[in-house]
Amino acid sequence: MSAAAPAPPSLARIFTAFLVMGATSLGGGVVAYLRAGLVVRQRWVDDRTFVELLAISQTLPGLNATNMAILVGDRLRGTAGALVALLGMCLPGASLMTGAAFVYGVGGDDAPSRAFLHAVAAGAVGLTLFVLVQLGAKTLSVAADYVFVALTAAAVAGFGVPVPVALIGVGALAIWWHRPRGGGGAAP
Amino acid sequence: MKQLGDLALVFAYLSLLTIGGGMAAFPAMKELTVDVHHWLTFPELLHFYSLGQLAPGPNMMMVAAVGAWVAGPLGALVVLVAFLLPTGLLTFAVGRAWTRLASWRWRPAIQHGLGAVAVGLVLAGAIILARGALTGPLPVALAGGVFALLMFTRINPAIPVVACGLAGLAAFMTG
Repeated sequence: MSAAAPAPPSLARIFTAFLVMGATSLGGGVVAYLRAGLVVRQRWVDDRTFVELLAISQTLPGLNATNMAILVGDRLRGTAGALVALLGMCLPGASLMTGAAFVYGVGGDDAPSRAFLHAVAAGAVGLTLFVLVQLGAKTLSVAADYVFVALTAAAVAGFGVPVPVALIGVGALAIWWHRPRGGGGAAP
Repeated sequence: MKQLGDLALVFAYLSLLTIGGGMAAFPAMKELTVDVHHWLTFPELLHFYSLGQLAPGPNMMMVAAVGAWVAGPLGALVVLVAFLLPTGLLTFAVGRAWTRLASWRWRPAIQHGLGAVAVGLVLAGAIILARGALTGPLPVALAGGVFALLMFTRINPAIPVVACGLAGLAAFMTG
């Protein structure tokens, strides 16, 4: 039984599954929703594959959720699978935000809306700080990492250094700091 | 037409900066959409970003709102394609080549090094966001409250963020 690979799901099922994840993953933390949907509910990937694909998604530019949709969709049904997974993932949030822009255009500028939105923005600062702490706990392991974080933030937010310059400059320094050492048994 | 082209260029460029998550692109997004192209004001961008935190799905779908604000539904579509296509193609290609890249000896160094820079970019984004949003005692208290609540409980983040909005509205009505 376990020797025969199960037939890959249809494109419609892939689209629907990602549409549901795209519509229900409220309040950030989309990775947890992805795992619940892909590993637990659909059993399309196992936990090991999930973590590996997540590592690719986080290393490459692009949103984690859309990168995951592309990688899992491609594994299930090739190029078309990647496309429908991406579409399903983005459709609910993107249409809501497009609608929000119109509603904002109609009533966003009166005083009560501004009071509401400005307070939501304050809450979003708290949420962003929380994401920052989570991301930091996962990513930063040695004291030098904190120096790279401070350098990047000070350059971009403090001195107006263009982001690509900071990214390439501090990035090259950080990659060099973590460079592979003593590989191949030829340690000095 | 020129505006749609500019939107596509700006958001294709921004997509390349989204390392470690969409938030890393926020500092450059503020600079390009507000300071360079004057497509919207900083408070407007702040509001869209904040509403984006309440929308389901990937965290930067607020780019669709910016596109729609500037150029209508077509603008939203152009921005989305520009924001998703370049990095999407890259991910697609790397995903297929991964078996070879997984054992590349520089890979952990790149992942670790860029990870630290990505956290720095998120910090820069938080600082820029805070400059615009934390304009008095109430916003500071709300931001601190949300942060503490998320650190010490497992509550869905959308709940305290909406609660902030209601608190702001209540303060406006009574104040």
